[in-house]
Amino acid sequence: MPFDNRNTLRMSAVIILLGGMMSVAQADDDHEHHEGGRRAVATNAAWQEECGSCHVAFPPRLLPAESWREMMSGLDKHFGTDASLEPAVAQEIAAFLEQNAGKRKPDPVAKPLLRISETRWFIREHDEVPQRVWKNPLVKSPANCAACHTLAESGDYRERNIRMPK
Amino acid sequence: MSRINTLLVLLLVVMSGLAVQPACAETFGQFMAEFARSAKSSPGFQSFSAANGEQFFKSTHGNEWSCASCHTEDPANSGKHAKTSKVIKPLAPLVNPERFTDPTKVEKWFKRNCNDVLARACTPQEKGDVLTYLLTIGK
Ligand code: HEC
Ligand code: HEC
Ligand code: HEC
Repeated sequence: MPFDNRNTLRMSAVIILLGGMMSVAQADDDHEHHEGGRRAVATNAAWQEECGSCHVAFPPRLLPAESWREMMSGLDKHFGTDASLEPAVAQEIAAFLEQNAGKRKPDPVAKPLLRISETRWFIREHDEVPQRVWKNPLVKSPANCAACHTLAESGDYRERNIRMPK
Repeated sequence: MSRINTLLVLLLVVMSGLAVQPACAETFGQFMAEFARSAKSSPGFQSFSAANGEQFFKSTHGNEWSCASCHTEDPANSGKHAKTSKVIKPLAPLVNPERFTDPTKVEKWFKRNCNDVLARACTPQEKGDVLTYLLTIGK
């Protein structure tokens, strides 16, 4: 769209400024995490923005690289919705996901799983969650991590921050 | 760290003048002008209609979802993604000034959401009608 150039300039200036402020804030955050003895969580701005708009940005380590590669090649048909991205952005995010993917080798003959909630790890980790909680309308889908992991938005899945809907 | 802070303060001072500019009305006008320019190339275009926009927004078009399924019947309110339940901030630009400020973002979501709701792209007429409707909310 041919927008007024001055306006674009102003907008970019403001965006750069905000970006600067955010990265300083993030640096402080990371610092706290290390002091708290916590492993730093891998993040990337494009991933957080684009993969966090319809649901929480699921942690890359919870699927192997093969799964992310498969998912990123079919974003226009993403679990029944169109999540398509500009190729350059998709490429950046794919690289980030694959670099920080889980290290467990997937079964070489099976098709890569696209749902974290269908991995063996997930099912085992959540086998104590009662059926009636999964069926609670406030949960609706096992992919709705934030229904129980109250800080999922910030990548925090620690036990002490879990509150299951009754 | 203190050097970064000094820099930040300097930047803030330099740019505070830019940040308070009344960008909104200006950008909505630019979106409307752009939709009108594209709509004029199809025969029979007259003007945009808030009533048509509202009807379009609240109806399904062959698929399961309408725009209102995620953005609610009253886009002054926060919505909820119909599948994931994630909260979506209000779509009406007079209520949520972040809306309709970034052309790339607007085009990205029109493409995706129209595809989900209509299984095709929205026409410039439809986009103009929707924005005209949204601008009547929260006045
Ligand atoms: C336009 C909306 C939208 C965007 C953008 C989006 N997703 Fe999704 N995603 C969905 C929906 C809808 C589901 C299905 C949720 C459900 O079944 O509860 C889903 C499910 C998923 C799942 C499976 C969750 C599970 O374990 O069941 C993964 C993994 C995923 N998305 C990754 C991503 C990544 C990576 C990106 C960024 C490239 C992304 N999503 C962007 C809508 C979106
Ligand atoms: C219905 C509630 C619920 C939902 C939805 C849910 N979880 Fe959990 N999750 C739990 C509970 C309860 C535990 C603790 C299990 C235990 O320790 O016995 C847990 C444990 C975990 C753990 C291990 C935490 C630790 O430090 O021990 C991770 C990681 C995790 N979940 C990730 C996810 C992700 C990712 C999603 C979404 C794809 C998700 N969970 C969805 C309830 C839920
Ligand atoms: C399945 C859920 C869903 C449906 C249906 C849906 N949207 Fe959206 N829409 C979203 C989400 C999620 C976002 C981005 C999240 C955000 O910015 O808060 C969004 C963002 C937008 C934006 C971006 C505005 C901006 O500048 O930030 C526009 C425009 C929009 N939607 C219009 C529509 C229209 C028109 C329809 C009907 C054709 C529609 N949406 C249907 C979920 C939906």
